[in-house]
Amino acid sequence: MAGEHVTVKVTVNGDSYSREIEPRTLLVLFIREELGLIGTHIGCDTTSCGACTVRWNGQPVKSCTVFAVQADGQEIQTVEGLEQGGQLHPIQEGFWEEHGLQCGFCTPGMMMTASALLEKTRTRAKRRSGTRSPGTCAGAPGTSTSFARSSTPRTS
Amino acid sequence: MIPGSFSYSSPGSVPEAIELLVQHGFDVKVLAGRESLIPVMRFRLLEPKYIIDINRIPGMNQVEERNGYLSIGALARESAVEQSDIIKRRYPIIYDTAEMIADPLVRNLATMGGNLAHADPGNDHPATMLALRAEVVAVGPNGERVIPIDEFFVDSFATALEPDEILTEIRVPAAKPRSGGAYSKLERKVGDYAVAAVAAYVELGEDGTIQQAGMALTNASYMPIRASNAEKTLGGQQPSDELIREASSVASQEADPSSDLRGSADYKRAMIRTMTRRALAKALDRARTNS
Ligand SMILES: Cc1cc2nc3c(=O)[nH]c(=O)nc-3n(C[C@H](O)[C@H](O)[C@H](O)COP(=O)(O)OP(=O)(O)OC[C@H]3O[C@@H](n4cnc5c(N)ncnc54)[C@H](O)[C@@H]3O)c2cc1C
Ligand code: FES
Repeated sequence: MAGEHVTVKVTVNGDSYSREIEPRTLLVLFIREELGLIGTHIGCDTTSCGACTVRWNGQPVKSCTVFAVQADGQEIQTVEGLEQGGQLHPIQEGFWEEHGLQCGFCTPGMMMTASALLEKTRTRAKRRSGTRSPGTCAGAPGTSTSFARSSTPRTS
Repeated sequence: MIPGSFSYSSPGSVPEAIELLVQHGFDVKVLAGRESLIPVMRFRLLEPKYIIDINRIPGMNQVEERNGYLSIGALARESAVEQSDIIKRRYPIIYDTAEMIADPLVRNLATMGGNLAHADPGNDHPATMLALRAEVVAVGPNGERVIPIDEFFVDSFATALEPDEILTEIRVPAAKPRSGGAYSKLERKVGDYAVAAVAAYVELGEDGTIQQAGMALTNASYMPIRASNAEKTLGGQQPSDELIREASSVASQEADPSSDLRGSADYKRAMIRTMTRRALAKALDRARTNS
């Protein structure tokens, strides 16, 4: 119970980690505080905002609503894992070039969701998305064009 | 916020999970898709001492037809239900429902079983399962029992499940020719619970009359409710615009919503009328084109 610890072994961005944690540790806090990967943000207490989104065996999920102990043996990707060999992920490039944000707080989560969506739609190279961005955010149009940019096949 | 402390186990089979439930008595909670239980625990509205995580139990995520019914495993994720070909083709009312639940990220984890077991009057599947006259399979220390959906919801956030039982499967009667259903939901924004939502299901006779109707309402009372009077209004009748209007009006009178941030009780009742009209019209269209 209180103070009881369990071992969790998890792969994050290709690296294996093993930690002793309390079962009540939320995955987002595990990622931030145990692993020091602070790109994943916490924006709400109600599983609403998506700032905490990571990819869980490839699928985008809200890491504030998963216990870290459940990630035992699973593969997690965080925003730090998007860049490969000093090369920005097309999604990061899109957000960078098109300024796909207003304040940027939820951007890591946006990019994790968008990267999964991109993999789904890439073959179709559709120039659409962002239709479900928060209506109040001045970054919404930019988020849309960022995604459109990343999903458009490059000629060079 | 951070949930209270608990002991955790993730059994690999249903019997193992039941054994743990029996062992821990009332202070235990089953954890499935997490999308209702963890938020509740983060607000410390619940502080279970033991969590039995059923996510590692294999063989509970099917979405398939067998023995005259559609079998949905308790652990079938909303995203899997939504993407299932058989659901889209043969049970579009379930597709309508799953697609309107929360947002795609929540749906990647949320389960069908959890949606029923949580019995939130705002959950969307309960109304659809009432309209379809589904059954729920529960397994406990004394074996398996099949619970008709009308006996399953007993109160706000309360079901007929015993504390040492696990919901393992949902059974929906196999889609019949000339049957059709639809779910219409009004929400303030993507991801929100319903202001008002209605599940409508009809079976037509060869002469086009309504042989069987299933009508149920979401967020229209303290628990999911069947609109029995609306069903009676429809039974044996030849569908018409007037009949749809009448049944919608009856359904809205059966609703007993409360005023809250999503609107006044009067507004919600009016919206139930509108949602009933839409769901029913679509259900009838689908039934007519389903030979
Ligand atoms: C932002 C947000 C928006 C949402 N919007 C909607 C919405 O619009 N419509 C809607 O319907 N839902 C909505 N939900 C709720 C969501 O659908 C939940 O997933 C669902 O209510 C519970 O399912 P779960 O698998 O996540 O269960 P959990 O959260 O894991 O469990 C919920 C409860 O059910 C019990 N339980 C779960 N599975 C079983 C089982 N197999 N046997 C016995 N007991 C079990 C648990 O013990 C617990 O008490 C929303 C959730 C969030 C976070
Ligand atoms: S922090 Fe807002 S959804 Fe997870």
